[in-house]
Amino acid sequence: MNVTLTVNGKTYTRDVEPRTLLVHFIREDLGLTGTHVGCDTSQCGACTVHLNGDAVKSCTLLAVQAQGADITTIEGLGTPGDLHPLQTGFWEEHGLQCGFCTPGMIMASAELLKHTPNPSEDQIRHHLEGNYCRCTGYHNIVKAVQHAAGAMQGASQAADD
Amino acid sequence: MYPASFEYHKAESVDQALAALAENPDLKVIAGGHSLLPAMKLRLAQPPALLDIWGIQEMKGITRDGDHWVVGAMTTHADVLRSDLPLFPEVAGWVGDPMVRNRGTIGGSLAHADPSADYPAAALALGVEFVIRGPGGERTVHADDMFQGMFESAVQPGELLTHIRIPATTQASAYEKFRHPASHYAVVGVAVVRHADSSVRAAYTGAAEKAHRLNKLEDAVNGSQAVPTGLVDAGDLLGDRFASAEYRAHLVDVLAARAIERLG
Ligand SMILES: Cc1cc2nc3c(=O)[nH]c(=O)nc-3n(C[C@H](O)[C@H](O)[C@H](O)COP(=O)(O)OP(=O)(O)OC[C@H]3O[C@@H](n4cnc5c(N)ncnc54)[C@H](O)[C@@H]3O)c2cc1C
Ligand code: FES
Ligand code: FES
Repeated sequence: MNVTLTVNGKTYTRDVEPRTLLVHFIREDLGLTGTHVGCDTSQCGACTVHLNGDAVKSCTLLAVQAQGADITTIEGLGTPGDLHPLQTGFWEEHGLQCGFCTPGMIMASAELLKHTPNPSEDQIRHHLEGNYCRCTGYHNIVKAVQHAAGAMQGASQAADD
Repeated sequence: MYPASFEYHKAESVDQALAALAENPDLKVIAGGHSLLPAMKLRLAQPPALLDIWGIQEMKGITRDGDHWVVGAMTTHADVLRSDLPLFPEVAGWVGDPMVRNRGTIGGSLAHADPSADYPAAALALGVEFVIRGPGGERTVHADDMFQGMFESAVQPGELLTHIRIPATTQASAYEKFRHPASHYAVVGVAVVRHADSSVRAAYTGAAEKAHRLNKLEDAVNGSQAVPTGLVDAGDLLGDRFASAEYRAHLVDVLAARAIERLG
């Protein structure tokens, strides 16, 4: 079955079995391995991508359900030379250890910052309920998101001036 | 983990979906897929063919029709959370996590009748009506008749739950939940609603094979008596490795008292 979708601004068409999960389509058919599979049972959020602007768990979606959709993965958020403020935040605040959860954490946090540019610690923790980290104890992840929120607000203020 | 192979079809309207379902009894409806796909990946479900109803716009969104709110079955938990509906937004905020809420639908949850789902208790307390369409036309089922057993609602094969009608009679409401820390589903959830005629309806979920009204609680509160304990009998409840039936019965008492207190 043919699926056409746009990932990080580029449009792809591939012939897939209907049972192909979106996460496998992204990783195996498109070779974008930044999106991870952690639990594979819809719990851990390592597979989080944006589908038409909403954060979703790509292990719990069929590629065919995403027909025509606009998808952003961690690779589409920033580049090594021009990191997204969340990527810089995780770097600066040591928001990762093994890094396995990080792409999902960043994609989920990006959605939070879109709706809530200046989240409280409570709002950050609450919003990341569907993202599990087995290493950091979450503390530095919260700091990383706060770091990014500060940087993004600073940047938008500078743009206003 | 891949599900077993299946054929995939799509419908763009209720009429199209009903025609497809009538023609092919093997078709299984998929809405948000956030109950169905996890079950298919674990091979607990192996439907030979799926009918994707996500594209049916007439089943999405929230409107007001006189003294009722009308909620499209395929309105996502995230949209319910952001709405002005009575009680349901609070309940939606308890469902899973933000990513689950962006994809799962209120109608999918209510049609599925998972014994640990949150909405069924709220639907019973609000006294909602379910609009169901099938080959024989449209019928309306009251919440009291909707939940029939474990994973068993009044929605029959070949039918679609299209809308949920909520009477706009809520004066005050509360949902109290003790959630499973990993799955986020309800170990027990209690919903209470005071309606415009001052009567209180209450229900619990998570503890038995399906959601039930809390008659003892309703009788006491509607008779202006103090909230009693022993609201449900542990013998009627289910226990598992997360919580025994006795513990769940205790949770019903505790959560019911908290919810009633919040009604003020
Ligand atoms: C990690 C995770 C955590 C979750 N936590 C919670 C929680 O805390 N509380 C909670 O209540 N739920 C929870 N859920 C379940 C979630 O709410 C689901 O979205 C919901 O149960 C099903 O809705 P859906 O649209 O995804 O339905 P689907 O999975 O697409 O369908 C479920 C069933 O209903 C049928 N169906 C769907 N829509 C219709 C319709 N309109 N008419 C007729 N039949 C229909 C399907 O055929 C299928 O049998 C969780 C899910 C996940 C993955
Ligand atoms: S891999 Fe998708 S939620 Fe864990
Ligand atoms: S850094 Fe290892 S799982 Fe989060």
